[in-house]
Formats: sequence, C-alpha cells, structure tokens
Amino acid sequence: MTSQIIFAAALILTFGVFGYTTWRYVRLFQLTKPAFPVRDIGKRISLTLKVALGQSKMFRKPFTGIMHALVFWGFLVILIGSIEMVIDGLFGIERSLKVMGGFYDVVMASGDIFSLIVAIAILVFLGRRLFIHVKRFEGIEMKHMSHLDAKVALGIILLLMLTLLGLNTSYVAHQTAINEPIHGIFPVSQHLTGLVSGLSPAALHLHHQAHWWAHILLIFFFANLLPYSKHFHVFMSVPNVFLSRLDPLGKLPNMDSITREVKLMMDPATAFAPVEGDAAPERFGVLDADDVTWKNYLDSLACTECGRCTSVCPAAITGKKLSPRKIMMDLRARMREKGRGLLKSGKDFSDNKSLLRDYISEEELWACTTCNACAMECPININHPTLIVDMRRYLVMEEGSAPGELKAVFNNIENNGAPWQYSVEDRLLWAKDLEIKKS
Amino acid sequence: METTKIAVPVMADLFSRGEKPEYLFWVGCAGAYDDRYKKVAAAFAKILSYLEVNYAVLGKEESCTGDPARRSGNEMLYQMQALQNIEIFKAYEVKKIITICPHCYNIFKNEYPDLGGIYEVISYVDFLDDLISEGKLQIDPRVFTNVTITYHDPCYLGRANDIYESPRRVLNSLSGKIVEMHRNKSFALCCGAGGGQMFKEAEKGDKEVFIERIEDALKTDAKVIATSCPFCMTMMTDGLKYKNREEEIKNYDIAELIAQALGI
Repeated sequence: MTSQIIFAAALILTFGVFGYTTWRYVRLFQLTKPAFPVRDIGKRISLTLKVALGQSKMFRKPFTGIMHALVFWGFLVILIGSIEMVIDGLFGIERSLKVMGGFYDVVMASGDIFSLIVAIAILVFLGRRLFIHVKRFEGIEMKHMSHLDAKVALGIILLLMLTLLGLNTSYVAHQTAINEPIHGIFPVSQHLTGLVSGLSPAALHLHHQAHWWAHILLIFFFANLLPYSKHFHVFMSVPNVFLSRLDPLGKLPNMDSITREVKLMMDPATAFAPVEGDAAPERFGVLDADDVTWKNYLDSLACTECGRCTSVCPAAITGKKLSPRKIMMDLRARMREKGRGLLKSGKDFSDNKSLLRDYISEEELWACTTCNACAMECPININHPTLIVDMRRYLVMEEGSAPGELKAVFNNIENNGAPWQYSVEDRLLWAKDLEIKKS
Repeated sequence: METTKIAVPVMADLFSRGEKPEYLFWVGCAGAYDDRYKKVAAAFAKILSYLEVNYAVLGKEESCTGDPARRSGNEMLYQMQALQNIEIFKAYEVKKIITICPHCYNIFKNEYPDLGGIYEVISYVDFLDDLISEGKLQIDPRVFTNVTITYHDPCYLGRANDIYESPRRVLNSLSGKIVEMHRNKSFALCCGAGGGQMFKEAEKGDKEVFIERIEDALKTDAKVIATSCPFCMTMMTDGLKYKNREEEIKNYDIAELIAQALGI
C-alpha cells in the first residue's frame, strides 16, 4: 500500500509539473499569429503515417536514419510497457496487461528486443558525439549547452534501456527461481539471467523492484525535462508533422493585408470606401517573436538541432553566415525571453530587443536563396524559408531596407516591368529573324 | 532542307484578327532580355512553330511576374505586378500558360491562384516530355549519340514543384548518356541565384555557390551540362568560365538540345 501511495504521489507530481509546463506553452502560443486553417485531415493522417511513424525523411541519410527509426519504433513499443507499469504502480499489481494473452507476449518480446537495439543505437549516437567529428553538430549556434543537452538526453535514454533490461532479467530469474510462470517472452533478458544467478529469490525480488522504480521514476523525470530541452521534439515532432504546411515547397503564403491595399490602389472607385472594421494597423512581416505564426513557433519547438537543414544549405556550405537551424533556435530562445515579458507585463512590454537584428542579422537573411533544401531535408517538415522571407518582408516594407542591388531591381520592376533596366520596347528582340529548317 | 522564316505570333495581333490561341507562351524577363536566354526563348519558339502549336506571346505587354520582388520581401510590388498581369490574362482569356522559367512557373502555378489568377500552368519540360511520349517529336538519335549529359535540377522545378523525371525523360530521348551528379533531384544543390541572389553580390563566405555546384558537374565528366532555368544557366556558364572549361564543356538548355536534335 505504501508503495502505491508513493507511486501515486510521484505520478501526480509528474502530471502537475507537466500540466504547468503545458499551460505556459499554451500561453506562449496565444501570442502568435494565425497561419493556415487545419484542413485535409485524411491527407494529414497519411502524411503523419509516412513521415512521422514511417520516418521516411530520416532515411535521406540512410545510416543515422535507420538508427533513429529503430530508436523511435522502439519507443513506441516500449511505451506500452510503460503504460502497464503505471497501471501496476497505481493498483499494486504485477504485469496487469498479461490479460492480453498472446499479444502480450508479442509486446513484451518486441519491447525486450528493442531495449537492446535502442541501447546500441544510443551508444552509436553517443560515440558520434564524443569521438567522431560530425560537421553538422557544429556551428555558431551550437553552444556548450546544446551539446550538453544532447548528451544528457542520450545518457538518460541509455539508462532507461538498461533499467528495462535489468527489470526484465530479474523478473525472469525470479519467476524461474520460485517456479512461477513467466508472463511475456523475453528473448534478450532470458539470456542475461546468468548475471544474477547467485541471488536468492528475495534478493531477485529486490533487484526487480529497484530496476522497476528506477525505470519509471526516470521516465517521469525525463518527461518533465524534455519540454525544457531540445529533446522536446520527442513530444512535438509528431504534431509538427501532422500540422505540416501542405502547400508545395515553392509556394509562399499570400499577405492578404497587402492584397487589400493593392486593390484599393488599383481601383480608384474604392479609394474612398470605408475601411472594413476598425483593425489596428498590422505590422508587415516579422520583426520579433510575437509576429510569427503558431506554425513557425511550433517548428522552433519541434527542432532537435540535428543540423540536416544547415548541412544542405548552399549559403551555409559556402561559408556564409546563414544557418537555417540557427533561425529556429533563435526563434525559440527569443520567444522564451520575450514571451516571459509579454505574459508578465502585457502586450506593451519591450526590452528594446528583437528577433531580427538582436538574434538574426540582416546578413543571414539576405544570404538565403529560397532553394528549399532545408525544408526538404528536415525530417519533421519544419519550414525555414517562409520565416526568412517574412523577416525580409519586415525589412523591405516597414523599413525600406534591402541590399542596394535589390532596391534597383524593385525600381526596375516598377518602372519597366523587368528586374533589369531595359525598355519594354525591346521585349521581342529575341524573336527577330527566326528561321527553322524544314526537310 | 530548306529554311523558313518564322514569325512569333503576338497575342494582341491574333486578338485583333479575332483569333484565340490555345497557349500563352510566357517568355519571362530573362528570355526577353538576357542575351544567353534569348537563344533559349528562340529555340523553344522554333519548336512550337515547327510543331504548329497554336500559341502566342504577349510581347510588349509582358511584365515581370513579381517573383524577384516577392522573394526579396517586397510583397507590395509583387502583388501589384501580379494583379496587373492577371488583368492582362483576363483580357486575352488566357487559360493555358507555358513557361520556360521555373520561377515564373512556380509563381503562376502556386501563388497567382491566391490572387484569383487560376490557369493551367505548364512547364516547358513537361510540355516537351508529353510531345515526346505522344511521338510528335522526331528526334534524330545520331546528334547526341555518345555525348554524356548531366542535368542540373533547378530548385523551382525540383524541390519546389516535384518535377524531377520529365526533364530526365526528355534528355534520355536524345539517346545521349545521362550521368547524375552526386547531389541530384531533391538533393540537388542550388546554383546560388534564387531568392533574389541573381541580382546581387553574395554575402561574405569562403566560396561562391555556383563554384561549389559546377564542381559537382565537372566531377561527372559530362560534356554537356543541361539546365532548365535562366538563372541556373547564368551560374553554370559562369562556373565553366571560372574553371576555364567553357571550350570543352557546354551548357545548354533542354529546349536548345531538343531543337538541335530536331535539326531545326
């Protein structure tokens, strides 16, 4: 009974802290702007099955792709076991889900095998971070904390897998020692019982209890650490994929506020018509964290800093300052900073800083070729170019600021309908004196 | 073999005679003004005339789609251009647009609909691919036999619009040898000119993007670098010049290669 009370208290604490964290994030999301209506649920479900559950974009890098996919699929299987542990803990029973019969065997067997596979994959990941120089893990945005964050998360996952194997091994050993049936099949752990062979049934039971508690408490701790770490992607990736922009990568979102203005300009009849509603003048483009859409912010929270985007960015490859990953990390950091102020002091809060300039420089923004390699590469469909263009929109339309050559392009388009300074009269010069040979 | 002069049909002329062409051939600013891309516009017009396609160009009534402005953040200028172009398309009852520039293609196909401009937008690579599969283009296989060709995917056909296979099918029909760069299709590296970069100096870095990309192309040992975008063409040709390889390796647009293979 005591253990049930302790367990319930731990569970309440876990959900309490998690609830508080969620509430804070919900309030930050309330600061963001609308993006697009979430329609086409069928399409979204199939996208989620393919990209999230099927990990399709991870395989663009085959080796790490399969490693990650195994970890992810392992998590899903092991999750069932974790749910069972919560039921067991609350009601003081053992292996409550054994009522599932044959299916239980399958779940336990795959969980047991996957705990070993995940442990190996995590060791590979740790090895890559500790002993191999992987270029995409470096960059100006990758501070000490980012690296520490990654290693801590990997360390915890490794411990989770080891405690799970320990738990299964002592369970098998204990049931065998007392001649009781073993519920579930444990293809890996049954071979590890040699490690605990000398122990009495009581000692085995204690061993089992120790691993059980270590495993479940570590899960509770990890679940509450994640939202404050880059590994928040464990929670946010699947929703981020489900809420993907469904447009082709080449399409930029239309600014309807501009359409209204341009139509007014082009049609003199409506120039004196009353303005619909009494809307406050809207800012064009993105200057700060609260100008972004909920999707931009979700992207930034789902980013796990893997750096695949930056590794394929033509600007980053050729040594320019732009790094798509940094754009996402900056947005997340700036929202943490400004959002706190906005929630505390209201919408007039200002700390005389902004996402653009204090975090992301104009030089970074103007280096983008809008080639969409970053968005194509992102395993969870983060879209960086739309946010980059939104910041350019602020610079150009609110400040009239752009590289001189681009200002000249704007002038040319306005004056002679082409980015170059040529006369409209010369548009058909290419078609003069054309000949074809006919046999 | 005889040579015939062709006159590129202009929309206003056809309309004044009461004719409505099936296709608008959108030449684009590069096709109209860029000396190298003018040849591509000419090659494609020759193919259209050769096949007696019912088409016209806008000529002096054509104006920038607004793409460079839009991607440089000038949404206001883009929408002004777009709404004016949509008015012109409306006046000429345009329903089908063929483009030879991926940037024009993308903006018509994906972005004009938000402003009420909805058309059947056809990239010239898809158009050529359809003609070939319908057997309407009699390509002389001798012209490019044993010529290795590599294809540089433009971002705005490839990643932006998922057009990877049709340009390759067109090139395969030339019976040349197609070799892929190690970064190709959705993995292809940008030439460095999109998003307004065509018109400005690159930001400070260790290398120009077009040099990085031309090195990919040179590694294939291809004798022809095929492109399907005016900006990519400028960058790849510059790359060849930078590497002093422009004598032995040629950069052609897909439309030019087809025109050559047709012997027109």
